[in-house]
Amino acid sequence: MAAALINVPSRAKRGDIIEIRTLTSHIMETGFRHTMDGTLVPRDIITSFTCRYNGTEIFRADLFPAIAANPYLSFFTIAKESGKFEFEWIGDNGYASTASASITVE
Amino acid sequence: MSFWRAIAVVAFLVTVPGLLAGEIPSDARRSGYSFMGPETRAIQDDDTSNPGMLFVLDGEALWAKKTGSAGKACADCHGDARNSMKGIAARYPAFDKTLGRPVTLDQRINLCRADHQQATPLPYESRDLLALSAFVAQQSRGVAITAGDDPQAKPFVEQGRNLFMQREGQLNLACTNCHDDNFDKHLAGAPITQAQPTGYPLYRLEWQTLGSLERRLRSCMAGVRAQAYDYGAPELVALELYLMSRARGMPMETPAVRP
Repeated sequence: MAAALINVPSRAKRGDIIEIRTLTSHIMETGFRHTMDGTLVPRDIITSFTCRYNGTEIFRADLFPAIAANPYLSFFTIAKESGKFEFEWIGDNGYASTASASITVE
Repeated sequence: MSFWRAIAVVAFLVTVPGLLAGEIPSDARRSGYSFMGPETRAIQDDDTSNPGMLFVLDGEALWAKKTGSAGKACADCHGDARNSMKGIAARYPAFDKTLGRPVTLDQRINLCRADHQQATPLPYESRDLLALSAFVAQQSRGVAITAGDDPQAKPFVEQGRNLFMQREGQLNLACTNCHDDNFDKHLAGAPITQAQPTGYPLYRLEWQTLGSLERRLRSCMAGVRAQAYDYGAPELVALELYLMSRARGMPMETPAVRP
């Protein structure tokens, strides 16, 4: 089950610096661990995260095996216009998950 | 006569403080939360940064999902969990009259699945079982713990208390040796807490997932080099019941975050 928790202020003043916090559900299996019988547990991680603000990419991050399960990312942007933030997580084994949040800018 | 009486009095005076020593006075009890650093507290305090909430969201979806050959969802009998499940987890493990013994919240969910949904039981520590019990227990957040108040549960609370006081394992330690006598000190880098189970199932950063109180108890047993009881074993349930009754009146925090 893919679930995400997004925290974006629902309204902001034009020009305000706002914080965006995202938390998504993922095991982030490193690919370095072995089972009891010695076989390697294959890597299964999120490799990329993107945030678009009304279609324009404003934040992107590459993720690596050392990042803990259920990755939490927080970043800042300037509130320019009302609209929508779209979030996308892409990972191993064709993993893809999306979420969105809207904001009203006054 | 008076000689024997004197011996009896001395024996009494020696044993009574011995039995009571270490038990934490009720106003000195502290949740594991108070032993954590400010960063870890911040993760728990904000529901959009608390990874336990991801499981609660999954549990909410499972609550409404029809399952088993009866084709019923939890919500079909219990309705809106926000009303029907408020305060429920605060009294678990609870005495089950049919079985004649206390059952944990996880066991209750599986009993419900077997009896009313005709569904297969969810394995212990599986994501679905943890998600459901986290969702149910979250409805009791802030509610005072009342587990063990049922008079029929008393013998099992006593059994749990005896297990808590009993030394075990190659290190020959009882739970009480750390959690009553030495809390606030450190075991390697980690603070020793009072073992008040206020936030289960909880998200441990070490586990990188949600886990039950039974998982926590089993890792403590492995820590003292003892043979851990199996999940669902009557001894583990009794210990769980004693721990919850020991935290009587403390508010539930589910889903808590611990290091």
